Amino acid sequence: MKVDYAAKIPNNVNLAEDRQLTRALESWQPKYLAWWNQLGPKDFANNEVFLRTAVDVGQEGWANFGYVTMPEYRWGIFLAEPKPDRRISFGEHIGQPVWNEVPGEYRFDLRRLIAVQGDTEPASVEQQRHLGKTAPSLYDLRNLFQVNVEEGRHLWAMVYLLHRYFGKDGREEADALLERHSGDPDRPRLLGAFNEPTPDWLSFYLFTYFTDRDGKFQLHALTESAFDPLARTTQFMLKEEAHHMFVGATGVARVIQRTAELMKEHDTDDIRQYGGINLSIIQKYLNFHYSITLDLFGGDTSSNAANYYASGLKGRYHESERQDDHRLLNSTYKAEAVTDGHIDSIEVPTITALNQILQDDFIADCQNGVDRWNRILSEAGITTKLYLPHRGFNRQVGIFADYHITPEGVICSDEEWELKKSEWLPTPDDRSFVASLMVPVREPGKMASWLAPPATGIANKPIDYIYVKL
Amino acid sequence: MLDVVHLPARGRRGTLVDTLLAPNVSTDRPEPHDLPVESPSGSVTLLDRSISFRTHPERYRHWKLTIDGRVATLALDVDEDSPIARGYELKLNSYDLGVDIELRDAILRLRFEHPEVGAVVIASAKDKVFCSGANIQMLASSNHSFKVNFCKFTNETRNQIEEASHYSGQHYLCAVGGTAAGGGYELALATDYIILVDDSSAAVSLPEVPLLGVLPGTGGLTRLVDKRKVRRDIADVVATKIEGTRGRKALEWGLVDEIVPKSAFSSKVHEVATRLADSSPRPKDVRGISLPDPEPEIYPNSVIYPYVRADIDRSSRTATITISAPKDSGPVDPESIAEAGPSWWPLAMVSQLDDLILWLRFNEATIGTFLMKTRGEPAVVDSIERTMWTYRDNWLVNEVISWIRSTLRRLETSSRSLIALVDEGSCFVGTLAEVAFACDRIYMLTGLSDGETPLSSGHSSDLPTIRLTPANFGPLTMDNGLTRLESRFLKDPDHVSELAEYMYKAIDAVEADELGLVTFALDEIDWDDEIRLVVEERASFSPDALTAMEANLRFCGPETVTTKIFGRLSAWQNWVFQRPNATGPQGALRSYGTGIRPSFEHIRT
Ligand SMILES: [Fe+2]
Ligand SMILES: [Fe+2]
Repeated sequence: MKVDYAAKIPNNVNLAEDRQLTRALESWQPKYLAWWNQLGPKDFANNEVFLRTAVDVGQEGWANFGYVTMPEYRWGIFLAEPKPDRRISFGEHIGQPVWNEVPGEYRFDLRRLIAVQGDTEPASVEQQRHLGKTAPSLYDLRNLFQVNVEEGRHLWAMVYLLHRYFGKDGREEADALLERHSGDPDRPRLLGAFNEPTPDWLSFYLFTYFTDRDGKFQLHALTESAFDPLARTTQFMLKEEAHHMFVGATGVARVIQRTAELMKEHDTDDIRQYGGINLSIIQKYLNFHYSITLDLFGGDTSSNAANYYASGLKGRYHESERQDDHRLLNSTYKAEAVTDGHIDSIEVPTITALNQILQDDFIADCQNGVDRWNRILSEAGITTKLYLPHRGFNRQVGIFADYHITPEGVICSDEEWELKKSEWLPTPDDRSFVASLMVPVREPGKMASWLAPPATGIANKPIDYIYVKL
Repeated sequence: MLDVVHLPARGRRGTLVDTLLAPNVSTDRPEPHDLPVESPSGSVTLLDRSISFRTHPERYRHWKLTIDGRVATLALDVDEDSPIARGYELKLNSYDLGVDIELRDAILRLRFEHPEVGAVVIASAKDKVFCSGANIQMLASSNHSFKVNFCKFTNETRNQIEEASHYSGQHYLCAVGGTAAGGGYELALATDYIILVDDSSAAVSLPEVPLLGVLPGTGGLTRLVDKRKVRRDIADVVATKIEGTRGRKALEWGLVDEIVPKSAFSSKVHEVATRLADSSPRPKDVRGISLPDPEPEIYPNSVIYPYVRADIDRSSRTATITISAPKDSGPVDPESIAEAGPSWWPLAMVSQLDDLILWLRFNEATIGTFLMKTRGEPAVVDSIERTMWTYRDNWLVNEVISWIRSTLRRLETSSRSLIALVDEGSCFVGTLAEVAFACDRIYMLTGLSDGETPLSSGHSSDLPTIRLTPANFGPLTMDNGLTRLESRFLKDPDHVSELAEYMYKAIDAVEADELGLVTFALDEIDWDDEIRLVVEERASFSPDALTAMEANLRFCGPETVTTKIFGRLSAWQNWVFQRPNATGPQGALRSYGTGIRPSFEHIRT
């Protein structure tokens, strides 16, 4: 099949002239579209959506806005502009020029890193495919689709790297990204959180707040990579990722805003009968999404992470701003561990604790949002506060996975866990209550009962703009 | 996959001597050992406790054995906090010696305790990971001798899986429901049939060369090309591919026998297992017997079992291993054998001999020479042999024969000089004569050493003799597929058939010498001196050269998968283990997981 690449796929990688790449994409692109039609957003293929499309990499005007139907979206391939004379900033190759091709000895590790990152991008599209049906406003419906098409573009970005730099193996890996599906019992996605359903919009906001934020930290760590095409690709992806987290942070804030209003209006904590979501339910949803997202960081001590760092493949968050030797061969880090039945901190070699260090940065970042949400509550005169549970709470991966740990960070017995978990995690009743609120609102500018309107619209458009033409 | 954590090493406790003074070492709740660590001088650092190979399903920490009719399932569920030694965690279903001791126990138990079981499924109880192979941290921190012994034992255990299928019709099926890396895939390779889940992420891999700078030495390379007959160029790709091979490609390349989607996986495994079980000749309606527990008493210089003992002379680095016949010959038919069960002498004896060999391998590395002796009435052993070979097709007798076969093989791969002493009071009959034929040399006394009986005077009932039985003519093949007599008389196969004429006859030293059955026939005047000299001479040679020489001479004749594994693969692996590129301070094995890339010497040797 013949594709007019310049028109169809906006790019700054000289796609039209790259024989190897065009050939690879010729076979992959139809599979991608088939996947999008089968597992992308359900039912809205023919509706025009007011979407942002990345068209360039410059500071000015990197994207434009306009109505487009999603299957016609122009998924582009962009790498941030190269930094002249960029040097490797950490690991054993520190100070050497960055690589523009994959060194043979790191081929496997790099491919693995890209495949794992790539696997998460289409996964969230699959997880969110039914949400269009119950969107609480046109504004939110549009934001959902914006996130979806950009996750699709992130998949393209990773597939570009696989096709361009990893030959036949890379093509196979790119195909596998479309063969695994979220929650598929036969071919699940690689990481646990990406096989959990996103059944309602409260989950969607918390997912984009926490899980897309994991994406932010993983991408940041990869922007430090000695493999320059990966660094530049992920740098550009971060521009779009910022919007996804914005959707999450403001989404949760709007839920809380509405909850606070209803609590004041009816002078009660239990506002379910008034069509709002109780703070206690929000806290439980938060606990769930936060804890499964922490699992995405991998083992708390990890030789893989150590190898990636030593080789220069994956750095730390804001690597170059850190004041140390960027080798980490002799330093130690205070890591949390379980010793003799309680949680303690132990000294471990820093280089093996990099997953936990990235997680620490993530946790601090998450806390900022929670503080902002709490300000909404205190401004409304409500004393209840939301909080992040202890990092060991409800974990399936890492050193805490073998224990039941309360949100306060106390190890508890199986019995106590069973007894208390309905206070800590969403119950089937909570979920069905939230589901009962999920009725679509499609009148421009109107919001569902449980949600406050946003402060402003998209791209200077008013809130009641027709973001999706139904 | 192959992810390893670092724990600060905890302190040592106890000493070897403390343990040896305790008359009985229990394995009930084994305390972790210190691994024998590479010491600067290169000499062996003794373990602070002896390693025991006795266990029981009730005490398993890493395997779950369940039986459902004719199908047994062995699910690997490694408890990462229960390594056999200190200083590492058994992450991701990685294994160490402790895990494999349980596997050996389970394989044996299934054969004896469950005649009804026709198929065994090896699976993982953990999601996403089948088994990630031998624990790297453990390998990297243990000394050469331990590494070699560990690999040898795991190789033997995998061979026993194949033997169970071949000799007992208890077939093995491997259900690879998650990634099988390195030793994990090698375990699968030892089974009859491999089913891989096809979920776009589970893979089978042999990443040792690219990741660790060592070989897939637990049969991996050999079974790939010799057993599964994977094309050599494809095997080359597989053995250098860290990420392994998934689904369709794994099937296409012949790395697995079947691929199945995740949702159909357990039903498929069940279906194939049932089919394998149905094709098994094992009896459905007899009861098993309980596996004997060898129960040694352990003293500083002796290990004593009811029918087997080892007495160590540290100055000559020699152990005298004495196998004793029972007072009377006991059961005479399958019913009474089944009734006697674990106490039937051939079974009790072989369980003790097997345990002793393992014990000496791991706990007495410097004892380089084994003097093999027997004690008892030849007539008693003769009559036991007649019963055994008459009823060799009985399932239980067949299992005992199989265990004897693999124990003799274990003896031959033990890296010790083996010298049989056919002296006064001995009973080298059939199976026990086979013990002598397993040795590098056989010394036989031509007369009684009390000086009263004239030398070479014909057949006195007290004169040491050797008797051949069917044991020596077929069932107890060596790793090379030949009997010991066939290997011994490689040049003259007809001689072996001539020897069959001597079945159940007492052959004295002079005749044995003429027939080529012994190395030296000595009279009582020379005996003590000659034996002392050979022992001292042996102790004075380089242990490495002896091990290598003996291994080369023992396995003459044809190559088999097993001889290739123990000869070629293990020898290369042990060479690689010694090289700086693997185990030097910057070698790949040592630097794995530290975050420091290995640096290689680039000379091809
Ligand atoms: Fe993304
Ligand atoms: Fe995102």
